[in-house]
Amino acid sequence: MKQVFKRPESLVDVPTHFCPGCHHGTIHRLVAECLDHYGLRDKTIGVASVGCSVFMYDYFDVDVVEAPHGRAPAVATGVKRSKPDHFVMTYQGDGDLASIGAAEIIHAANRGEKLTVIFVNNTVYGMTGGQMAPTTMIGQETTTSPYGREEESAGPPIRIAEIMAGLGGTSFVGRGAVDTPKNLMKAKKMLKRAFEVQINNEGFGFMEFLSTCPTNWRMTAEKANERIADELIPYFPLGVFKGDK
Amino acid sequence: MANKELVKGNEAIAMGAIEAGCKFYFGYPITPQNEIPEYMAKNLDNEGGTFVQAESEVASINMLLGAGSTGSRAMTSSSSPGISLKQEGISYMCGSQIPGVIVNMSRSGPGLGGISPSQGDYFQSTRGGGHGDYRTMVLAPASVQENYDLTMKAFDLSDEYRNPVLVLGDALLGQMKEPITRNKYKKKEYKQDWILDGAKGRERRRIKSLYLADGDLTDHNWMLFEKYESMKKDIMFETKYLEDSKMVIVAFGSVARILKSSIAMAREQGMKVGLFRPITLYPFPTEELSKVADSIKNFMSIELSTGQMIEDVKLSVGAQNTTVDFYGRPPGSIPSPDEFLEEIKTIYEKRIK
Ligand SMILES: Cc1ncc(C[n+]2csc(CCOP(=O)(O)OP(=O)(O)O)c2C)c(N)n1
Ligand code: SF4
Repeated sequence: MKQVFKRPESLVDVPTHFCPGCHHGTIHRLVAECLDHYGLRDKTIGVASVGCSVFMYDYFDVDVVEAPHGRAPAVATGVKRSKPDHFVMTYQGDGDLASIGAAEIIHAANRGEKLTVIFVNNTVYGMTGGQMAPTTMIGQETTTSPYGREEESAGPPIRIAEIMAGLGGTSFVGRGAVDTPKNLMKAKKMLKRAFEVQINNEGFGFMEFLSTCPTNWRMTAEKANERIADELIPYFPLGVFKGDK
Repeated sequence: MANKELVKGNEAIAMGAIEAGCKFYFGYPITPQNEIPEYMAKNLDNEGGTFVQAESEVASINMLLGAGSTGSRAMTSSSSPGISLKQEGISYMCGSQIPGVIVNMSRSGPGLGGISPSQGDYFQSTRGGGHGDYRTMVLAPASVQENYDLTMKAFDLSDEYRNPVLVLGDALLGQMKEPITRNKYKKKEYKQDWILDGAKGRERRRIKSLYLADGDLTDHNWMLFEKYESMKKDIMFETKYLEDSKMVIVAFGSVARILKSSIAMAREQGMKVGLFRPITLYPFPTEELSKVADSIKNFMSIELSTGQMIEDVKLSVGAQNTTVDFYGRPPGSIPSPDEFLEEIKTIYEKRIK
């Protein structure tokens, strides 16, 4: 019998802790498929961030070091500088990368560190219970914006991929989603490019994923998936912002 | 003496690091330690290493964490306000058992304070400094030669214990010039069965400080505690004139150095005063100082702060029917041997006669 849905070798065969309908699991899978595709499993050093993704060290079958909240790009800089022949990636949420770690991501990218950063934007702080993130949409209700995010006091949601593309050190910047098979295929293609720029020693590869958090959005998995196309993509457009398509 | 070179204190630290095989330096500018990154920027590349000027002290400690996790010899340096910013990273390094050398050429605080020498970071250095129940080993040089030697030593201790090691100096030790001998580093081998270098032909490795399963964090903390206890075998200290002393001055770093002149003058005037200088501030030479108190009963802690190390002195000798006096003051001007002599005289006359 032909196996059609095979677990990537770079993923450990354990149940994940992600909530039903959370896209973290799908994004993990895409990352693992890329690790397999480029034969990187045994030369990868992953940097885990603080958030729902911290358990990447349980799920990816690669060496992983845990970074303090927001500091993964700095930790990855130290790793890559001392192991330039290895593949070094961070996997960060939007609270982690766009808020507390804003300085570290900007400067690691601007230095053109040979890293691949996977940025999972679910418009909330997932792990801590659904507080407002810098990426939270205007009007979106969270536990710390109970009346909806107001632009006058919180500013507009921050578009990280666009900022990354404006920095001299980035070689590839893309934004994708995994809500439909078509978007997922496009996202995987972009993710590959974010891998390749590191593999080819060109520079910093950045891939943003629009992701769901059904638990903190207080939505069913289905509704959460629909929200990606209905609300997020119009504000956070998909596509390649820098580098070859 | 052969091959003495006149070297600035901060440069001696950088030279010692490179001699010990430090390959990576991460730092952010702050006075009075800028000669360290400047020396590294100039020389590290030629040694096959890499210098990175980080965007902040927060970033530099985390770069150190990253380089340390691959088993590379790496360091960062800063001064007090910058060391405050590094504390989160130091806590993670201790929790994750990642080696690395951190130099604090301390300045005066609180806040932006000033750039004059100070010993106000004693508590921060010896009590962990950040969150959680952790310790870093702390080495306190008192000369430019020791800046060089103890920095080399810091790399060994850090690798041996898989724990960050702090070198605590101050503006005086960083800025003064003294002749030093560039002692050769004797390379030692340390286990590298934990480093991250890609899971090739072995199980993946995970370096982390998060322990959520029931009881795991308790076990992890006990293991770390035992490690900190085991560091006692590397306690270092210096004594002077203890054979016939009636009163012992306890001091570290640049203050101990100035005090050597004060004590020599006091002895010329007939006062039987000795010196006990802890070189490891953590672990503090508690038992060693307590042994001194078996025969000498009067102690005086002298510090360039309003009183921090005195707590460790009291913990060491307080239960042995001793007196423990204190002289210290907030930073500002550099204290002179005469200033200390006057204070020693006052206490000596009160306690001995
Ligand atoms: C210094 C520090 N501040 C705050 C926290 C608490 N904290 C843990 S996870 C998190 C936010 C995670 O949100 P995000 O990065 O969006 O990832 P997600 O969980 O949504 O995947 C916060 C604030 C922390 N661990 N450390
Ligand atoms: S809380 Fe949100 S981000 Fe975290 S696992 Fe659940 S759905 Fe995913």
